[in-house]
Amino acid sequence: MDRPAIQFSDSVCPRLPRGVRLSHNEAQGGWVLLAPERVFKTDAIAVEILKRCTGEATLDAIVDDLAKTFAAPRERIHTDVVTLLSSLADKKLLEL
Amino acid sequence: MGASGSLPAPLGLLAELTHRCPLGCPYCSNPLALDKRDNELDTATWARVFREAASLGVLQVHLSGGEPAARRDLPELVRAACEAGLYSNLITSAVGLTPQTLGGLADAGLDHVQISIQDSDEASADHIAGYKGASTRKRAISGEVVKLGLPLTINMVVHRANIGRIESMVELALSLGASRVEIAHVQYYGWALKNRATLMPTREQVDEAVRQVEMLRAKHQGRIVIDAVVPDYYARFPKPCVGGWGRRSLNVTPAGRVLPCHAAEVIPGLEFWNVREHSLADIWGASPAFAAFRGTDWMQEPCKSCARRDQDFGGCRCQAFILTGDARAADPVCHLSPQHALVAQLAEEREDTVYSYRSS
Repeated sequence: MDRPAIQFSDSVCPRLPRGVRLSHNEAQGGWVLLAPERVFKTDAIAVEILKRCTGEATLDAIVDDLAKTFAAPRERIHTDVVTLLSSLADKKLLEL
Repeated sequence: MGASGSLPAPLGLLAELTHRCPLGCPYCSNPLALDKRDNELDTATWARVFREAASLGVLQVHLSGGEPAARRDLPELVRAACEAGLYSNLITSAVGLTPQTLGGLADAGLDHVQISIQDSDEASADHIAGYKGASTRKRAISGEVVKLGLPLTINMVVHRANIGRIESMVELALSLGASRVEIAHVQYYGWALKNRATLMPTREQVDEAVRQVEMLRAKHQGRIVIDAVVPDYYARFPKPCVGGWGRRSLNVTPAGRVLPCHAAEVIPGLEFWNVREHSLADIWGASPAFAAFRGTDWMQEPCKSCARRDQDFGGCRCQAFILTGDARAADPVCHLSPQHALVAQLAEEREDTVYSYRSS
């Protein structure tokens, strides 16, 4: 749906709610996000972001960490992270 | 995929723990001939099935029935699913569940709860369920689920008696603290097929229901996820039933028979294997019932040369058999089926008779 995404600040501490978890499964070809009656295939970038959504790290800190770990431009990482997190929050797969 | 193609790994296991249920919903998809209690698999066998499912690649187990809470060993079964590494989903009427049992299930590692609600109007809900006081108990148990911090889905099966109240049903799900609501139009199998004329909505009602769902999705975006199961008698294309036969999921009956979908036993001549005699991997890979309609080799026209054949897999095999007498025919819900006119005709056969409640 083309509606404005959920707005949130860089100081939120995103986390996966109860009933949503990342799982690695060889038979299904890698990482998946398990959610109520749904399963999402998860690419490598999303996995790196989601592993950091512990409820303790702020969005700011997550972006810093990713930019450092992958030696990538911070702004671009910030955009990617916000896009993913808002789409997940929209599907009730993430708490902000 | 042909018969020699590599086998996909299943994603989901529907575990029908029991066919016993205190409710009598006339749209129940359980078969008319229900498995008896003395034939139910024991705790240890279910635990083995869960371990075998996880090794096959299954990610989620849907603990269903009948009413799964009718099994006294439900907490042990949840624990077994959790220990096997499966994501566990309890599909319940909530009648027969107590806050204590629920707490035990949460401790055992339950991941998610789906509670069915028959209507936002309580008198109508109890009438549909054939159980006085069901609605009040369901609302109370929904509250307990949320209090425990478990994610809650409210499932609303939609038919002629409640289709005008979709908005208030979604509002109810929101007020109960659900994060997801399923608006599931009745699918006509089992008891629902028997009650088809009483349950079937009109096309105008269905069109309005679809508009309502769209409007409610926009209105409640980010607050609640609204998933809808389409009413296929009014569709142009068939549903890709169970994501393709023997492709994504398996169903184990209370007595241990393994089916590609819960209605598969209506198709005559299929040989189902039982978990008492075979491992789940054996059944998935080699049982005749799973091989029967896997892939596309079994298809006849118009499916065989259809551009959508790998998308909807010819629709539902059970529905094709129920409506045309040929399980290899195109699902007649599809407008390309030569028997499509029959579906429109059946949808017109509406009658306001009393429900044939499912037996327990």
